[in-house]
Amino acid sequence: MQVTVMVNDTDYTRDVEPRMLLVHFLRDELGLTGTHWGCDTSNCGTCVVLMDGEPVKSCTVLAATASRYAVRTVEGLEVDGQLDPVQRGFTEEHGLQCGFCTPGMMLTARALLDRNPDPTDAEIREAISGQICRCTGYATIVRSIRWAAEHSNPEV
Amino acid sequence: MQVPAPFEYARATSVDNAIELLSELGPEARLLAGGHSLLPMMKLRLASPEYLIDIDPLADELGYLIEDDHEVRIGAMTRHRDLLESGLLAQRLAIFTDAERVIADPVVRNRGTIGGALCQADPSEDLIAVCAAVGGQMVIRGLAGDRVVGMRDFYRGPYRTAVGAAEMLVEIRVPLLEQSGSAYEKVDRRVGDWAVAAAGASITLVQRKIAAAGIALAAVGAREVTCAEAADVLVGQPPSDELFARAARAAQEACEPIADQRGSAEYKRHVVGVLTERTLRRAAERARAEQE
Repeated sequence: MQVTVMVNDTDYTRDVEPRMLLVHFLRDELGLTGTHWGCDTSNCGTCVVLMDGEPVKSCTVLAATASRYAVRTVEGLEVDGQLDPVQRGFTEEHGLQCGFCTPGMMLTARALLDRNPDPTDAEIREAISGQICRCTGYATIVRSIRWAAEHSNPEV
Repeated sequence: MQVPAPFEYARATSVDNAIELLSELGPEARLLAGGHSLLPMMKLRLASPEYLIDIDPLADELGYLIEDDHEVRIGAMTRHRDLLESGLLAQRLAIFTDAERVIADPVVRNRGTIGGALCQADPSEDLIAVCAAVGGQMVIRGLAGDRVVGMRDFYRGPYRTAVGAAEMLVEIRVPLLEQSGSAYEKVDRRVGDWAVAAAGASITLVQRKIAAAGIALAAVGAREVTCAEAADVLVGQPPSDELFARAARAAQEACEPIADQRGSAEYKRHVVGVLTERTLRRAAERARAEQE
């Protein structure tokens, strides 16, 4: 079937099987491999992307379903060559070790800060509780998101 | 790579259209709501429908929470996150808020729906126990119109419900009773895992006595989720810790947990007792608070 999905403000049309999951559409059809593919069971959260601004696990959404939404991936976090404060926070506070969970963590962080610009550490931990960092670098991930909250000056 | 087996895809444009499609395509068609129960089952080949009818476009039509004439009406496509964030539920039916805090994780709660969870009918499903404890009524729509069933009729055992081949769960109605309180608690191993055991309770007080009570258990293999034996202990009595302990013992006796990787049967039975007591105490506190 023909599916058109808007990803990072661009429409992409592909002929795919109805069973194609959004994560594979992004990676294999569009070559957007920033979205990682992990557990396949909606547990690990490395495949998180935003659909209409809300984080979802793209291994558990059909590409066909996603065609009703505006999808944003880690490739779309940067705007006009400027890294998102969340990306800068992960750099400043060493928010990643192996980097496998990072794209999903950053997108969840972006959605959290869009709704709640000044979250407590407990709110940050709750927001990322559906995502697994097997380097167990959670403390620095929380600090990275705090950094982003404190440096979210729009004109920077 | 886990992907579902091939299927034909159709997208519903309205509730009526979804029911027409179900009726045309026959029993091998399934509705896809939030997808967070069905797609994992399809990846594991525990479900292999020939047709999927995507009802995501009905999220507006069936996504609502309305207080209406002594009841709350919840649209079947209301997402977990909206249940969790509902002020009405937090104030009047806190059992939903308690449960939603511990259902899956925040990202899954963005997509999963109450109707999808109820129709999946996993024996560990929290919302089945929640709806059973508060006397929820399920509105099932077919070509011939609506019918309304309680949880005792709705839940037919693991993965089986009263919803027929060309029918669709469209709404959940929960009575709003005065001087009532409810609570839910579960023990799980980590965020997003199914319960080791879980209990929900609701209590209605009239002149300092328990006029009505509902207790329901999840994940402990009882023949039905509603635990009438425990509720019977309570009715007509003034609430007390001693009474709640007796009800908890009745719940422990009524449940039939099995040993698995989440714990031994003895451990799960112990947890049922603890959680039943705790939820009863909290439900009673909330009922008293509503009285004042």
